[in-house]
Amino acid sequence: MIAEAGHFALVIATILALMAGIVPPVGLKRRDMGLIALADSFAVAQFLMVAIAFAALMHGFIVSDFSLKVVAANSHTAKPMLYKVAGTWGNHEGSLLLWVLILTLFASLVSLFGRNLPLTFRARVLSVQALLSLGFLLFILVTSNPFERLSPAPLEGNGLNPLLQDPGLAFHPPMLYLGYVGLSVAFSFAVAALIEREVTPMWARWVRPWTLAAWIFLTGGIALGSWWAYYELGWGGWWFWDPVENASFMPWLAASALLHSAIVVEKRDALKSWTILLAIVAFSFSLLGTFLVRSGVITSVHAFAVDPTRGIFILGFLALVVGASLTLFAMRAPSLAPGGLFGLVSRESALVLNNILLATFAAVVLIGTLYPLFVEAAGGAQISVGAPFFNYAALVLMSPLIVALGLGPLLAWKRGRLSRAARILLPALIVAAVVFVGTVWATAGGYVMSAFGLALGLWLIVSAKLEILQRIRFFEGPMAGLKRLVRLPRAALGMALAHMGLGVLVLAITISETWTSETLTVLSPGETAMAGGYEFTLDKVEPVAGPNYAAVRGTLSVRRDGELVTVLTPEDRTFGDPVMETTEAAIRPLVTGDLYAVIGEAIGPVAADGRWSLRLYFKPAISGLWLGTLMMMAGGLLSLTDRRARVGAAAAREKAA
Amino acid sequence: MKHLLARLMLVAAFALPAHAVDVDEVPLDDPAKEAEARDLMKEVRCLVCQNQSIEDSDADLARDLRVIIRERMAAGDDTDQVKAYLVERYGDWVLLKPPVAGRTLILWGSPVLILLLVAAGLLLRRRAAPPPPLSAEEEAKLKALLEAAEADEKEPRG
Repeated sequence: MIAEAGHFALVIATILALMAGIVPPVGLKRRDMGLIALADSFAVAQFLMVAIAFAALMHGFIVSDFSLKVVAANSHTAKPMLYKVAGTWGNHEGSLLLWVLILTLFASLVSLFGRNLPLTFRARVLSVQALLSLGFLLFILVTSNPFERLSPAPLEGNGLNPLLQDPGLAFHPPMLYLGYVGLSVAFSFAVAALIEREVTPMWARWVRPWTLAAWIFLTGGIALGSWWAYYELGWGGWWFWDPVENASFMPWLAASALLHSAIVVEKRDALKSWTILLAIVAFSFSLLGTFLVRSGVITSVHAFAVDPTRGIFILGFLALVVGASLTLFAMRAPSLAPGGLFGLVSRESALVLNNILLATFAAVVLIGTLYPLFVEAAGGAQISVGAPFFNYAALVLMSPLIVALGLGPLLAWKRGRLSRAARILLPALIVAAVVFVGTVWATAGGYVMSAFGLALGLWLIVSAKLEILQRIRFFEGPMAGLKRLVRLPRAALGMALAHMGLGVLVLAITISETWTSETLTVLSPGETAMAGGYEFTLDKVEPVAGPNYAAVRGTLSVRRDGELVTVLTPEDRTFGDPVMETTEAAIRPLVTGDLYAVIGEAIGPVAADGRWSLRLYFKPAISGLWLGTLMMMAGGLLSLTDRRARVGAAAAREKAA
Repeated sequence: MKHLLARLMLVAAFALPAHAVDVDEVPLDDPAKEAEARDLMKEVRCLVCQNQSIEDSDADLARDLRVIIRERMAAGDDTDQVKAYLVERYGDWVLLKPPVAGRTLILWGSPVLILLLVAAGLLLRRRAAPPPPLSAEEEAKLKALLEAAEADEKEPRG
């Protein structure tokens, strides 16, 4: 009964989406304020209906209602409650429902927080948003109905893939989707602006917070996925250039570019059509990502729902959305009045360079991801495009970006002076140069690329610091400077923090990829092996029983110079439904790096003196990955709470009163 | 890039990676050669897995390929010769790093190509859109400002 109510709510939401896509635009045409004002109600009502449907599905998972096909295929009574709840979106149908839920959530947030937008513009944004949810709702109802019943209902479900039964992964999809779908707001704003033929600095001021929020979620979602891979897959690897990872990375790159170009529109009224294009492209990448994941076009571990008819539906929808919005762009962009001029050396130019590099990188990742398909379609033999290609592209395109990233914030708008920036950044340059030369010298030229990575990361961190110190005139009087620090716009602090975070990330990648030590060995209890200067002693191996799995647990004490550092307990788990083994790596983060141990299978007969294969690692600086990402997200948050955004809201309230 | 990022390995979630590079496999005697072999293994696709290199996979086929690579290298082949041998048997698909050839030129050239395209697009658009001419009112304003500035300069500052 509850499931039928959910299904019914979905149908109502679809009808509401259709009406919301038609009625307010008709009202705009006829200048009928009553019809226009309906846009807000439609948005909120859609969200409520989809929320009811989502709650109904979640209820099915929580009570293990196996008469629902999705629940029977993906859940199990013995599953811990957290994973029953998270199971709601751990499958194709549920994850699409989550997608629409977030889409309608953002629409109602625009309606709620967008009171400072002119009503006509808000109505346009909301109707574009409604058409997007209409497409997805139809997709769900036609091809992926989550409320399909089974008769007779099975007594037990098939269970959720054990790799997905993990807290990191429980929250990875919602976070990622908040980012993906959050970009729909920027898209709707862009389309609405094209329809109204006007892009103003005010427009950029509205778009930026939404884009920033989406970017923060996207960053967090990608990092969560990465973190999950790091501790769950048992390799200590965290990024594999897998097609689905690329699918989330492309919108991230486009969103990062959009964040920066929107600043130029806001401050200088320039780069308008480019920014509109970026907003369209960023969301198109989100749709493309959904298509890649949900259609299974590219074999990937993530594409657990492989169904060609679904793929064709999404491809059609993708073509429609991208085609229509780009056509509109082609028609209207030339009429957008060009804005402020700027010199070759200026803040604007630096941001343009940032945009060129980020957009190019996004395009290259797209080409690399799809290239095997192109070659095959052109009748060539199958080829693979893997990590080596993407690493090459990252090196070519991201190194200049990081160099420019240090410099850009110190250039003035319109016309900057390179000599002034260079003078301020001299210490950063010296640090980078010394570290580069020192590393190359100390490793006898063996690690030139690593030295380059260290230099880049340090350059960025020190530059961002110098920029802030220069801004508060710290060197003229430290105390007065610190007082100025508090009064600095939060956007400025946020920028510096995010840029430093990227620097920390570059350092962490470089150090961990270069200096990880790995030992593959076979130990009997009592024996010791070395990795990265730490002694790992296998104390014992014992069987343990979990709620829905049986495991073999190894206990390793780790010593440095004879002193006990920590005890690690890696597990090798065997799940029942479905039958599958997973490795639970034991990880202990230290200040310098992570101790990482994985236990494998028994070698020979399992007796008291059984021998076990073990992988032991010392991964230096790996925490820098998570620290750097957190700094980037915190920077985004700081910027989101900047006065500019708040003042806008306050002014609107006064006007309304 | 080798050391900066190249250690990123392709892993598929659904094959268990934990037992890869089985411990009963014998590494090559020469550590330098073994390191070379391991680097090569990262560039060779496990053909029965999803998106994994043979260095990351515990599939039997991946193990066989590892053994073959070590055999060929022990017999004195260099990495290029081993690669050629693998491509001859399995096609280009076996290489995660596609060779630079006619049909991958667009791929390898894409960073530079797109960079130029995007830059050209942005520059052309700026060229194509000259600033609108000043209105009579603006001209007058500009003239007044310039005159004021000139007067300012002539006056000695106190």
